[in-house]
Amino acid sequence: MVAVIDYHMGNTRSVVKTLKAIGYDAILTNSPDELRSASHLILPGVGAFKDGMDNLHALGLPPLLDELVVKGGRPLLAICIGLQLLADEGMEHGGPHKGLGWIPGRVERFSVDEGKYKIPHVGWNNITVTRDNQLFQWIHSPSTDFYFVHSYHLKAVHSEHVIATCDYGETFTAAVQKDNIMATQFHPEKSQRNGVQVLRNFLEIS
Amino acid sequence: MLKTRVIPCLLLKDNRLIKTIQFGEYRNIGSYIAAVKVFNARDVDELVFLDMSASLEGRDPLYHLISDVARECFMPLAVGGGVQTLDHIARLLGVGADKVVLNTSALDHPEFITQGAGRYGAQCIVVSIDVKKTDRGYEVYRDHGKNPTGLDPITWAKEAESRGAGEIFLTSIDQDGMMKGYDIGLTKSVAEAVSIPVIASGGAGDLNHFVEVIRDGRADAVAAASIFQYTQYTPQDIKQHLIKSGIPARL
Repeated sequence: MVAVIDYHMGNTRSVVKTLKAIGYDAILTNSPDELRSASHLILPGVGAFKDGMDNLHALGLPPLLDELVVKGGRPLLAICIGLQLLADEGMEHGGPHKGLGWIPGRVERFSVDEGKYKIPHVGWNNITVTRDNQLFQWIHSPSTDFYFVHSYHLKAVHSEHVIATCDYGETFTAAVQKDNIMATQFHPEKSQRNGVQVLRNFLEIS
Repeated sequence: MLKTRVIPCLLLKDNRLIKTIQFGEYRNIGSYIAAVKVFNARDVDELVFLDMSASLEGRDPLYHLISDVARECFMPLAVGGGVQTLDHIARLLGVGADKVVLNTSALDHPEFITQGAGRYGAQCIVVSIDVKKTDRGYEVYRDHGKNPTGLDPITWAKEAESRGAGEIFLTSIDQDGMMKGYDIGLTKSVAEAVSIPVIASGGAGDLNHFVEVIRDGRADAVAAASIFQYTQYTPQDIKQHLIKSGIPARL
């Protein structure tokens, strides 16, 4: 069973819906028992960094996730704001705000000419896989487009944690992995065939 | 490279899919679920779904209907019509919408844009602007094109942006359903005035219309409706044509 973590951040329901549509048993939950019994965890969401962290803390989730994911090795896929929350800190809305600190780095706004590159970065953009990994199996050039919608991105301290990048005025982190912790800045649940493949790849990891 | 999105727009009235000409002459074109299934199978970039009866009748969005639509969508889904409160937004996101499209409610209460963006993020809030050419120049119209607002589209788009909108859905009422091309001047003036993406809508009838509104009108994305009903062109044909014309698109 896949548990999609319910921490009241945006489109969590659409992740569950997509997982069910492709045949997985998925639930939206923040119950410690249900999270403990899940084989895979997904931390989805759209919204602001600080709200995301505040909501996780209000539900008492950081220590539980630390136990299950960091110490317990449970596969986690974090999506969009979920990826950003893995960082040490986020600069959005008067930051720095403290993140989970599982992937060393800082979440910063795009530093591009906003007259030329409109922010948020919304739409389909192609990624470059920079490190071999299971998440992007069967995803091949030239069709490596995924759906993005964000104004901030993760600047990782260690380049080996970055498994895919994307270009929008600057090269930014499109996906990271550190052992069992995986994350995408794009929305696989909204990325048609490619996105479905990434979700399947993640759920095949045991 | 960021691709230019091609977005089919589905218009709903009294639970039926319709198309309009200059916001009038409603024509019933069948089942919305069938249309959504076809667009999903065709791997489109995004869908915009507008229920025009909701705000005209002053009722809530049809959540069960959006839920049915969202179940068929593995792509971003923007939903408009009757979205007036934060609770409406919460419920639409809850049934699987990714973005909400605000029109009347944003005009009535511009601070609602800020509230929605504050709670759900700018990426979730699309402000729809319907524009008609009048003796005084371009003017924003409301209530599905019935009533003038006295607002200039550039001023209103900039205000929507400063209040937190993530995208502008810009429709030319004059070009709607005419299939003679987008209003390039209107699109360009708004797209250059704001730094958020502008989706051009109203008037597509031929493959070159898309190229024109992107290249000359500076549109960041293109929406279309009639062309998918009255020609053989699919979203894929449009995107292949864009690529041939040097505009990045997703195949």
